[in-house]
Parts: sequence; C-alpha cells; structure tokens
Amino acid sequence: MQTPAPFEYERATSLAGAIAALKAAGAEARVIAGGHSLLPMMKLRLASPERLIDINDLESDLAYIREQQGEIRIGALTRHAELLDSELLAEHFPVFRDAEEVIADPVVRNRGTIGGSLCQADPGEDLSAVCAALKAHVVLQGPSGERIVAMREFQLGPYVTVVAPDEILTEVRIRTSPGAGSAYEKVERRAGDFAIGAAAAALEIEGGTIAAAGVALSALAPTTIEITRAEELLRGARPSEELFEQAGGIASEDCAPMADGRGPVDYKRHLAGVLTKRALRRAAARALQTEA
Amino acid sequence: MSVQITVNINGEDVTREEEPRKLLVHFIRETPGLTGTHWGCDTSNCGACVVLMDGKPVKSCTVLAAMAQGHQIRTVESLERDGRLDPVQQGFHELHALQCGFCTPGMMMTARALLDANPDPSEAEIRTAISGGICRCTGYKNIVAAIRWAAEHPATVEQEA
Repeated sequence: MQTPAPFEYERATSLAGAIAALKAAGAEARVIAGGHSLLPMMKLRLASPERLIDINDLESDLAYIREQQGEIRIGALTRHAELLDSELLAEHFPVFRDAEEVIADPVVRNRGTIGGSLCQADPGEDLSAVCAALKAHVVLQGPSGERIVAMREFQLGPYVTVVAPDEILTEVRIRTSPGAGSAYEKVERRAGDFAIGAAAAALEIEGGTIAAAGVALSALAPTTIEITRAEELLRGARPSEELFEQAGGIASEDCAPMADGRGPVDYKRHLAGVLTKRALRRAAARALQTEA
Repeated sequence: MSVQITVNINGEDVTREEEPRKLLVHFIRETPGLTGTHWGCDTSNCGACVVLMDGKPVKSCTVLAAMAQGHQIRTVESLERDGRLDPVQQGFHELHALQCGFCTPGMMMTARALLDANPDPSEAEIRTAISGGICRCTGYKNIVAAIRWAAEHPATVEQEA
C-alpha cells in the first residue's frame, strides 16, 4: 500500500485565506489542487509536506478561461478536461488541445489542473512547454500582492520554480494575436504516458513573414527548454520546409536529453529535431489557415 | 492526528475519525458493504478505483477522503436499484464484458458517467472514455459492445436523473 507520510490538512475558503495559511505554516506547507502530481509524489515519499492547503473550494475564483485585454487568461484551478474542451482556447491556441489530447487519460484530466501542472515543474510535463512556446506569463499572489513572471523565467530546475512558499500561482496569461498558429507534437511509449520527447511551436505570421516564434521542448532536458537559436532563425524568415528542417536541426543540437528507460540520447536528439519540424509545420499551416 | 471526515457515498453520509492522509479508495472500502470499488495500481494508471465525484469519474486512489467531504460520491454499489440492474451492468452480463472482474467496477462507473453525459456515444467515444482503465482479460472489445448495448437499452431500468 502506498501511503503518504502524515500531514495536517486544511481547506481554504478564500484566496487571501489560502495565502495567509501558507504564510502561517512556513516552508513545509503545500497547496493541493487536483492532487494528481502531488499525491503520487507524496505516496512515494518524494514529497512530505507537513501541511496541505486544499484550494478546490476556490473554483468560482480560480477556474475560468476568458479573453480580456488582448490576452487569454486561464485560472490556475482550470482542469485539463476544461482546457481540452474550450473552444475559445482551441480558436486562439490550438497547441493546448493538441497537448491535452495526450495528457494522461480522461479520468485523470477531470482532476489535474493547469496551475498544478506548471508548479510541479516536471521536466516531462506538457503544459510547461506549451506555455513556454506561447511566451505566457503567470500571476503569482502572495502576502504582499501579486507579481507577474514570464514562463521562461518560471522554472529554476527540475521540480523547482520561482514560486515562494507563501505564494500561489493564480492565473496564466497569453497575448492573442492575429496570424497566430501553434501546435504540439509528442511521442510516448504508450497512450497517456509522459513524453519520450515533445515539441511545442508557436508562430505569428504577418504578410508571409514570421513575426514572432516560440519553440519549447518537453522531456528533452533537465527542465522545460526553449530553443532560442531556432526562434532567432525563424524570426523575419518566410515559412518553408527547409527553414523548419534547419530549426529542427538546431533543436536537435541544443536540447540536453538524458538516457533513461525511455531511450538513449541520440534517439532523443533525433526526436527533438523531427518533432520540432512537425510542430512548426503544423503551426505555420494553422497560422496561414492552410491546415489539411 | 485524526480528524472527523464525512463523505457522502451513494446518498448516505459516512462519518469516521481518520488521518488526513486516508485515501478515498480506502475510506470507501473500509465502509461496511462497500468493497465493490477495487484498489489496483495505486498510481492513477489502472482505473480499477474509479468512482463518480459529483457525477464525474475520478481515480479514488489519488483523491484524499478529506478532499471528498462536501461532494457526492457514487460507487458501483449504487448501480443496482431494488434488485434491478443498471443497463451498464445488464450490458456487461449480456455481452460477457468481464472475465476476472477486477477492472469491472471502474469500467462500469466510467461507462455510467459517459452515458449520463452522452446517451448515444460512438465506438470511438466509448474507447476514449474508458482509456483510463486497464483490462487484461477482454481486449476491450466486449466492454465497448456492452456499453453500446447499455446505450441502446436505456429504458430497461428507471434511473435517477
């Protein structure tokens, strides 16, 4: 039987109350939302928080997907199933639906949340790469107010983020833009597993030229990794198979995979190249509305 | 340290002193008469422990009992009413959708939730819905057929909304 180490449990009834509870409890408290990353870690005793602050009762404040001030804003307690089903999200950022279709299974997706996924900062987690490619920002709320952090500065290492012990990630913000296209490509050992490797791509195409580009990989480095050299290559160029092939080549060189049960390094570098190329190809087709 | 936890299971409040670390699957199974929910992989992979929480299927090995307080839990025992089987149970019977039976409660609860949301699912929709459950006996074919059978025979049993 897998049983977490003992802990104390409390339910937050407001966001301010949850932050106050975190502050009072100190560094050994953790927020629990869907629990589908944290509870497995606790069962394996890889995490042993002394106190859990359950924020599931804050759905009316923290579960939403809406368009506001030129951004799509996603509440941290929005569950995977809602991200998958959202037409608003699919319209602006189809990369979310691509990723959600291959995250775990429908029953797990009924519980897991976007905030929990990002804060877990598992190097093989999908939404972190999605949000990095989209150059999303996250809102962190703490006792002294809120701060906004770029997704690309969010992870400090595997399973470690900039979120302070008394802060809660409350919202994800992504700027919308006409001419945007995005896609996610993942290879896994079996349906619903963590990726062997995955690539997220986001392009903005204006007048036939790539005005902005984001490329991020999952499971191909010790953290989510952005391929900035590929982004620089893409920016200002006209989309083409040769360009995407070159960008894939850079991803293959710049990723930093480790050999494990999912495959050796050379295979994973190969995957990084192929998946980056495919994701860019689909992102461009969506931006140009030529997707087959 | 134990705390008082009340979980509403199949319409009845069950209250016990438990540690906060008590998982919902064990809270349910340690309630007299409610061992139908199976405890399988313990890692949210196999789906044997699926119950409905406010009508949605969840893996009860990855939910704390304390987190279920204030929510409506439905287990496999709630399917049969007054000696009459739920169409999902009848479908599993008619089409031989189980051999060892270990995955069956999770499969049936997942099927019940699917049919409540989508009374006429396609084979592809059924296969997607049950993809969080693992069956090592049937190859899934008869399970899919049984759920289709239930969709085609909704009136055999009166169900609560």
